[in-house]
Amino acid sequence: MRGYIARRILVLVPVALGVATLTFAMIHLTPGDPVVAMLGENAAPADVEGLRHTLGLDQPLLRQYFIFLSHLLRGDLGQSIVTGAPVANLVLERFPATLELAAAALSVAILVAFALGFLASVRPGSGLDLGAMGFAVLGVSVPHLCLGPLLMIAFSLRLGWLPLSGRGGLAHLVLPAVTLGTAMAAIVARILRQSLIEAQAQDYMRTARSKGLGQRAALVRHAVRNAATPVITVLGLEVGALLTGSIVIEQIFSWPGLGRLMLQAIGSRDYPLVEGCVLAFSLSYVLVNLLTDLLYAVVDPRVRLG
Amino acid sequence: MKPRWRNPSLIAGGAIVCALAAAAALGPSMVAADPLAINLNLVLAPAGWAHPLGCDALGRDVLARLLWGARISLSVSVAVVAVSVTLGSIIGGTAALAGGAADELMMRLIDVLLAFPGILFALALAAILGPGLLDLTIALCAIGWTGYARLVRGEILSLRERDYVVAARALGSRTERLLWRHLLPALAGPLIVRTSFGVAAIIVAEAALSFLGLGARLPTPTWGNMLDEGRAFLLIAPNLTAAPGAAIGLAVLGFNLLGDGLNRALDQRR
Repeated sequence: MRGYIARRILVLVPVALGVATLTFAMIHLTPGDPVVAMLGENAAPADVEGLRHTLGLDQPLLRQYFIFLSHLLRGDLGQSIVTGAPVANLVLERFPATLELAAAALSVAILVAFALGFLASVRPGSGLDLGAMGFAVLGVSVPHLCLGPLLMIAFSLRLGWLPLSGRGGLAHLVLPAVTLGTAMAAIVARILRQSLIEAQAQDYMRTARSKGLGQRAALVRHAVRNAATPVITVLGLEVGALLTGSIVIEQIFSWPGLGRLMLQAIGSRDYPLVEGCVLAFSLSYVLVNLLTDLLYAVVDPRVRLG
Repeated sequence: MKPRWRNPSLIAGGAIVCALAAAAALGPSMVAADPLAINLNLVLAPAGWAHPLGCDALGRDVLARLLWGARISLSVSVAVVAVSVTLGSIIGGTAALAGGAADELMMRLIDVLLAFPGILFALALAAILGPGLLDLTIALCAIGWTGYARLVRGEILSLRERDYVVAARALGSRTERLLWRHLLPALAGPLIVRTSFGVAAIIVAEAALSFLGLGARLPTPTWGNMLDEGRAFLLIAPNLTAAPGAAIGLAVLGFNLLGDGLNRALDQRR
């Protein structure tokens, strides 16, 4: 197990380096001059040169790249052009809000997915199955962008049960988390149903039943564990979607997370801040993938032994 | 086994997609209202005979904007997917056929690109390129091709080991003939299915970027920026949000059903 973890973490290094390089390339190699974009077309040439020097953009590209990497290793993401505050601090300040939203959405997704997946797999083809899977198809098809305003109209404007927007207590978290988690719940429910049905047809299930286990006990003790691998794969893939989906959700619900910070930074052409936000998002995505791989090994011994 | 063309997903999805395509193609010329004409007498007018879906905050006809938006959203999505499929197939196919170091290099590049969540990449790129339809299209293509490249590479690698391909090679077929005669026809099925799901995904991504202010420049209507503009009037004019929201939902549902139906029809292994 230890060897497996070490291998996975080693693989992470080149991918993280790649992500950092791509972020750098995106900001520095795309056409258009960020300094001119920041100051406007009519800025005095002296100002442009000054800012370029301050940002280190007058250095050769390769040198800029190595400076960027060495600063990154020390956790230094540069300063925001607008406020002058260190980018790392701004990012860390907003990150918990995004994490909170993503974790809440993940919980919603898992709860709903397992409920639906179980209900549907108990008797495939029954009305219960059709209902659960119908909901799943609908859940996948309604984008966050539409579901969010819909829920806002229903639960906070019409019924007045939940706050409309902003971050606060648990009540504030419900609508954004449900909006963000629904699509994931629908996808995971479908996969879970499929793999539970497949698992139930296996020999070990017949053995479990014939030694006297009830259907429910056999399902919970044997089928779930075996059905877990594809579910974890999809969960891992979808958590990435969750992180980035939060950008839209944060904008809809005025949630003060990393996504809104990034949009503000884009709006004010604060490139170091944009760079910092992109890095934070993509590195957490890479970390989530690592966690998924490790979770595989926990659930399925074949992964760490093979 | 013959393809099973008659399945409910395929029929429903096909009908929705055809209806949307017809609406986008013909709709703008059938609705008399100008999607850009501002009329301050009609600010937030409710739905009625003259304006079936009401008017927005500047008194512009919502139905006309919706139909023009359909044209933009659908054509951007189809264009992005077409470019992505072509690019992905060429890159994935080359990697699979070349093998060795070239294959390894391309797959690592794709890994890194996939390590970037798609919309984040498009967002950052759109931010740098500036708002606008062409820039949006480029940004979406930049993230779109990787999935197709992986699919094509994987399929070719597995097809190459099939008996009929091995037999064709043993009989002296050149790579070129092998590709056109045996590999591409077998690839078409999975690729078409993936393309249908791909269009749905790009419709959402395009709407999201437009919603975030990085799509077509105002006042050009797209479903995404209509949603954004309607947000401020959620309480007094929910139709401004519901109309584009429903359009996006319907389009995504249509392409997803179509993909699902095609999958059932073309999947020979079932």
